[in-house]
Amino acid sequence: MKIKVIITLKNGVLDPQGKAIQQTLNGMNFGNVEDVRQGKYFEIEVKEKDEKKAKSLVDDMCKKLLANLVIEDYKIV
Amino acid sequence: MRSSVIIFPGSNCDRDMGVALKKFGFKNQMVWHNDQSIPKSDLIVLPGGFSYGDYLRCGSIASKSKIIKSVIDFANSGGLVLGICNGFQILTETGLLKGILQQNKFLNFICSNVFIKVKDKQNKYFRDLKKDILELHIAHNEGNYFCSDDELKSLEDNNQIAVTYCGEDGTENETTNPNGAIKNIAGIFNNNKNVLGMMPHPERMIDKYLSGEDGSLFFKNILDNFK
Repeated sequence: MKIKVIITLKNGVLDPQGKAIQQTLNGMNFGNVEDVRQGKYFEIEVKEKDEKKAKSLVDDMCKKLLANLVIEDYKIV
Repeated sequence: MRSSVIIFPGSNCDRDMGVALKKFGFKNQMVWHNDQSIPKSDLIVLPGGFSYGDYLRCGSIASKSKIIKSVIDFANSGGLVLGICNGFQILTETGLLKGILQQNKFLNFICSNVFIKVKDKQNKYFRDLKKDILELHIAHNEGNYFCSDDELKSLEDNNQIAVTYCGEDGTENETTNPNGAIKNIAGIFNNNKNVLGMMPHPERMIDKYLSGEDGSLFFKNILDNFK
């Protein structure tokens, strides 16, 4: 079963890459871009048929490795 | 004093660190990350570099490697653990040190000499150090120290801020902050001050003709405090 995870920086944490992308987009005449936040996306193939179990495993992975909860939030989608 | 330098795939300051430690009289051994245990040591060093290519987050993969359990046990039993640059990043990812090193504020890799101010001398690294301001070298892309407000308060309350970026005269402000680190933090201790992580490289400042010797002071001081 494939579980998808999105990791983003917490609100309030500085994202200089997102800022640089936003400024570049503004410079390319996408003037209505007000903010960009960059994140990470994972597709994790788990050997598990039960979706609930698989998601709970991935939740544990997020806490232990995939995300650093000091600055990042994760969302299992 | 016996020391061990841990080598991870992608470490690149391990040899420099080994040379520096030996120069000042440490009995040093190099230890591979896949080993189960660390030879008897008084100091464990996690060197600089790009362990595992900085995949995922700097230091995150190395912080789960086989040898790390021994490093954590050693630190928890009061042993001296020093993380330089990528070693500092690994220490924050293990949870031994608070916070995280984020990408530099202006998105540039910084390679230059900096001045750092020693903020606390009640510890085995800096006790009786003759200087308060050292000139050391930094080379990093992720040195922008960050932690929550609560964590920062507890670092300050317990004097766990070890070194901060400053000017030659000790001025600490935005212009003497190379990477955007909060409170100009260049290095911190754990609660017991036996674990020290810092971005600057003392092992690169050990020759009076090539670099200056403020790194020599640092290593000699650890030895003096051990005696």
